[in-house]
Amino acid sequence: MGKWTRRGFITAGVLTGGVLAVGVGIREGHRAPGLADMMTEDGEALVNVWVKIAPDNTITAIVPHSEMGQGVFTSMTQMLADEMDADWDKVTFEQAPAHEDYANYALGREFIMNGATVPGFVQDSLNGAFLMLTKNMSLQITGGSTAVRFTGQGGMRIAGAAAREMIVKAAAREWDVKRSEVRTADSYVHHDASGRSEPYATFAVKAAEFAPPTQPTLKTPDQFKLMGQSLKRFDIPAKVDGTAEFGIDVDLPGMKHAAIMGPPVLGASVENVDASSAEAMPGVVKVLNKGDFVAVVADGYWQAENALRAVGVTWTQTGAETMSQDDLFASHRAAMDTGKSTNDVKRGNAQKAAASAARVFEAEYTVPFLAHAAMEPLNATAWMHDGTLELWSGLQNPLGVRDQLADELDLKKDRVIIHNTLLGGGFGRRAMPDYPSQAARIAAEFDHPVKLIWSREQDTTQDWYRPAVVSRFKAGIGEDGMPVSWENLFVEKHDPPEASQIPYEIADQHIHYAETEHHVRFGPWRSVDHTQHGFFIESFIDELAHEAGQDPYQYRRALLANAPRHMAALDAAAKAADWDRPRPEGHGLGMALVDSFGTIVAHVAEVDATGERPRVTHVWSAADPGYVMNPDGFIAQIESGIIYGLSATLHGEITIENGAVVQSNFHDYEILRMNEAPEISVTLINSGARVGGGGEPGTPPIAPAVTNAIFNATGQRIRDLPVSKHDGGYV
Amino acid sequence: MVTFTVNGEARQVDVEPDTPLLWVVREQLKLTGTKFGCGIAQCGACTVHLDGVPVRSCSIPVSFADGSEVTTIEGVAEPDGTLHAIQQAWIDEQVPQCGYCQSGQIMSAVALLKDTPNPTDDDIDAAMSGNICRCGAYGRIRKAIKAAAQA
Repeated sequence: MGKWTRRGFITAGVLTGGVLAVGVGIREGHRAPGLADMMTEDGEALVNVWVKIAPDNTITAIVPHSEMGQGVFTSMTQMLADEMDADWDKVTFEQAPAHEDYANYALGREFIMNGATVPGFVQDSLNGAFLMLTKNMSLQITGGSTAVRFTGQGGMRIAGAAAREMIVKAAAREWDVKRSEVRTADSYVHHDASGRSEPYATFAVKAAEFAPPTQPTLKTPDQFKLMGQSLKRFDIPAKVDGTAEFGIDVDLPGMKHAAIMGPPVLGASVENVDASSAEAMPGVVKVLNKGDFVAVVADGYWQAENALRAVGVTWTQTGAETMSQDDLFASHRAAMDTGKSTNDVKRGNAQKAAASAARVFEAEYTVPFLAHAAMEPLNATAWMHDGTLELWSGLQNPLGVRDQLADELDLKKDRVIIHNTLLGGGFGRRAMPDYPSQAARIAAEFDHPVKLIWSREQDTTQDWYRPAVVSRFKAGIGEDGMPVSWENLFVEKHDPPEASQIPYEIADQHIHYAETEHHVRFGPWRSVDHTQHGFFIESFIDELAHEAGQDPYQYRRALLANAPRHMAALDAAAKAADWDRPRPEGHGLGMALVDSFGTIVAHVAEVDATGERPRVTHVWSAADPGYVMNPDGFIAQIESGIIYGLSATLHGEITIENGAVVQSNFHDYEILRMNEAPEISVTLINSGARVGGGGEPGTPPIAPAVTNAIFNATGQRIRDLPVSKHDGGYV
Repeated sequence: MVTFTVNGEARQVDVEPDTPLLWVVREQLKLTGTKFGCGIAQCGACTVHLDGVPVRSCSIPVSFADGSEVTTIEGVAEPDGTLHAIQQAWIDEQVPQCGYCQSGQIMSAVALLKDTPNPTDDDIDAAMSGNICRCGAYGRIRKAIKAAAQA
């Protein structure tokens, strides 16, 4: 990147508004090597790196995210195409390669600046600084519900608007008319006074000669034609006829298959391998001891997996071999009892306020470890040839993986080529780089490609888990039953940092956490820390309402007087559920409200507790992401977040015994199925606030909505998940 | 040597007879629309039709399919490419998210409609609860099956 001049960089890449930063030389003489590959047809000009216009007037958006079911290819393209006044029928997309030029510059900037408005005259230099920062961090991440709110808002829209302005400028110059007299629609430029009309492509090459505008004008919602529409997803047709290619479907000439075994006690190393029986089995090519795992490479995957079971492996002792789940929770509680903690929020004096309150109420909650259990078992296909490593895999962070592989295999970064495929579910698991690394390290021993596939047992026992967390609350309660103080102490804390905060107006607050160490590794699990804090906070507030003898809906409302968006979401969900309508005996309603990833979501769940196990029959959800770019796609994400969270609420539990994960497959790590899936009704709220995410915010409020509903139906308060571990039908 | 018909075509494969049908379909026949999910018949991602009956191909030795007719997701549409009503309903209702489980879901749903042209919710629960979807598309699957039944 050093070879670019500042001038060149700004000219080609810094478009504007401080948001887009794909400042690569895209015109002749400025073409970055990695971008040449994207120029797939002769005569095709890159207006800027986020969009291409072909001679036949098709427009291609280049999407720097991974498709894992969230519809990102469509929503990103939709945002760009709308700003461009493009003809949707002639718009398509390509997934960006793992290359610095596509690092999530917009993502980094939005994170760091938190959307602050920056004066125009400093934008160019800021853009440069942020571009370098995100490149150095190797961010090309799909996660954190960031695509629409960061890349889309801060990148795709700007790119589309800038491209349109450049086309207009080129047309105006060619026609020798004022730019203000040129109109655009459906990928055409028009000059109405002279009756001239030309497709964008006519001016694509000329437009690419202009420096992109630094401040393209974005549409306001009343001007949107594509944004706000439920456009059909690009990726769906291939997902109904078997042609969609996931990582596991990659097939290369001469390819062999690998199965692996990691240490049952995470962190242990291989001590000894007896490969004698396995190596004699049909199809087996080699048994590998890689130190931190054992692999069998064979002609077919079944042969590799079969032979793996015949390998005798002993593992080193790490000291964690005696640890059980009870020990882990005990050590969490011990850490909380030490009095040592770090503050998340300290406002007023919660301890003092509680001491002088009419009474206090306390409760402790726990959640277990959870595995991600994406449907597509983890896999990666690697091939080392001609001093280059090529890797095919479904990755949430392809650029980070590229850098890690270069480091581990001692290759230059440009000697690692990543081909990102469709992801058969991500949920945070595919942000972790262990499986591509293993595939690369195995393939480095051969001159043919190797496809590594994890068994479901490996997936379940070798995950990076949603942490098991303990959280204690103490509230001081006034004569009117309302809380005057809020104290919350928990173990352990990850991301995002604000997850433990509450939307409720309570004067004195102390939210703090203690720290422990254990060997069960942490990974981001759909909505990360919000998943547990949503359950904790919304259970406790519900308990406070009950203690006060008040309706939990009105109790929450009273604490949201200065939070109109939260109140509106809660009201919308309550209204949809017809909250005040009495339910039959044994049925109950519960609600919960969580603000995460910029989106406020309220759920009301109805539970039928008359049967052997509680059944969630209906969930009414209201979501305010500021503005909904693709309503049907957004609703699908809320539905998905609810089912994913409900699976965990009812069944999800990973436990540790003798240091190892007990569960191994779907028979003992149960997943919600069709017969347990509730009806879901989603109300969308376009409040006009800053745009929030869609992939994760549906998950955090479902657990407390359900346990609050169970309490409403049965009087049984569930303070530790999952529901299925409890007696009395719950279970 | 195992001889069978796959999507209407006679096929012969030379593999160890205990190899699961799934891996033969994916690796020998290169029909990768059928997916591996759990290996123990718990998730349904590998569902194919064996003589018209939906089975979990991860847990069926290929030798068991000798002389049988196997249909995979690639064989569901008409030879001229016209989608099966279930496939079309899957598009219309925008069912798939990540899409990985959907070949199996569609195979189960196609078999359901063949035997029960107008399924009730209970019929759908019974036929579809062997197929896990981690993206939680169950509501849309239910809706799409009903739409296909009306088609």
